Amino acid sequence: MTHYLLTVHGPAEMDEFGNYGSKEEMEEAFAATGAFNDKLRADGYWVFAGGLQPASTATVVDGQGETPVMTDGPYLESKEVLGGFWVIDAPDLDVALRLAAEGSKACRGKVEVRPFEGLA
Amino acid sequence: MQGGTAAVERVFREEYGRLIASLVRRFGDIDIAEEAAGEALVAALEKWPESGVPPNPGGWLTITAGNRAVDRIRREKQRDAKHQAAFMYYDDTPHERTGPVEDDRLRLLFTCCHPALAPEARIALTLRLLGGLTVAEIARAFLVPETTMAQRITRAKKKIAAAKVPYRVPEAADLPERLGGVLAVLFLVFNEGYLATGYGDPVRAELTGEAIRLTRILRQLLPEEPEVAGLLGLLVLIEARREARVRNGQLVPLDEQDRAGWDRALIAEGHGLVRECLAINRPGRYQILAAINAVHTDAPAATDTDWSQVVALYDQLTRLDPSPIVALNRAVAVAELDGPKVALALVDALPLTGYHAWHAARADLLRRLGRSAEAKDAYDAAIAATQNSAERAYLSRKRGELV
Repeated sequence: MTHYLLTVHGPAEMDEFGNYGSKEEMEEAFAATGAFNDKLRADGYWVFAGGLQPASTATVVDGQGETPVMTDGPYLESKEVLGGFWVIDAPDLDVALRLAAEGSKACRGKVEVRPFEGLA
Repeated sequence: MQGGTAAVERVFREEYGRLIASLVRRFGDIDIAEEAAGEALVAALEKWPESGVPPNPGGWLTITAGNRAVDRIRREKQRDAKHQAAFMYYDDTPHERTGPVEDDRLRLLFTCCHPALAPEARIALTLRLLGGLTVAEIARAFLVPETTMAQRITRAKKKIAAAKVPYRVPEAADLPERLGGVLAVLFLVFNEGYLATGYGDPVRAELTGEAIRLTRILRQLLPEEPEVAGLLGLLVLIEARREARVRNGQLVPLDEQDRAGWDRALIAEGHGLVRECLAINRPGRYQILAAINAVHTDAPAATDTDWSQVVALYDQLTRLDPSPIVALNRAVAVAELDGPKVALALVDALPLTGYHAWHAARADLLRRLGRSAEAKDAYDAAIAATQNSAERAYLSRKRGELV
């Protein structure tokens, strides 16, 4: 089995319904994502997952110097940002890609699939 | 023993895809498979010129390469975690049927053409691992520096290993879609050979030949798939005309080709495949393209061509693939049936201004309509949009003939 990081990418700018269009559509997306999470757990692929606060809440820390330097905002300023992620454990890339497609449909966003080199 | 060395290299090339595929299955690692295959070649080059090619050269190479790989893994497993991990995959049992068909080469073909790999990497990997072409040969074929091609292949192999691209034939439910990707790669390899991009040789027979060879293997492995038969039929019917298609460095269009120069054996094979597809009656893109080429190769002279049949087949293809390229080819056939004026109206409506064949088709239609000034401009645009020397020579001649 290999661990894969599935990251959800979407617009940095959010409206009041999180860019889902309407309250109903936002609630549908949340419900679909919840159902997908339940399925990951039931089928044994689940490791960990979470949604993130907007990128504007991020802080970058550079601790390589003598005193750490803090910078407000995400590391990369871009129109598309990381919105949430799953960590799954799957037998191969075909399974990971199939799950990513289901997750993408559920959460209404593009998903990047990337294998872990290892887990600490 | 020059002849001996050449014989070894020919056998090695023929056996390469099978050898690599079985080594990848045994050792679970493409790099290990390639290294072991390379060592087996060195051993064969030492032995065979003196002792002669063994009765089962493929078996000899497989056993020799397998032993070399095991030796190497044993030697290195203490030091190298990666080889140690590979050693755990070590599998000496005869392989089991894992998909609808049983052949390691088929698994390797699906791995090389996996949709998670970049399209240009799929072609390169297929030619390298299944075709046995060297990185230098592939780089030359695609007109990129050898280092670029080497990086492209290395990167793809790394992704296969790290992301765990599976080494298996997709399940029946996924097969049609994934097979489409494999057929597209084989068709692209063929096309690059048939009308090469760039300023090099206008035709690269080694690429058309390799695409046909790999498609033949695929057909042996998936004899029930009509699109595989369709692609093979298409390729052999085009290949049959290869010799007649270029004269004195100039492309010769279908209606001007010397049909006596066509390869009758390949045409018979292609027609047989098309008939087989018709009997199965599950038409697809490649089968229809093969059928169109069967109509052309069925005509003793260009004037005998059944154009209404060609247009009907393009209509059928349009329903499956309503792309502007299909519409362009259909319009060229419509010109033979309904005249150049009707065809020109169809061509002008297509969004293909960057495509050399669009300009070439317009130029020809304008020429036939006697609109010479516009035709000249269209020929100029077509010449500017292609680097293929034979096509440029043909277009320049046609332009020069205009008054």
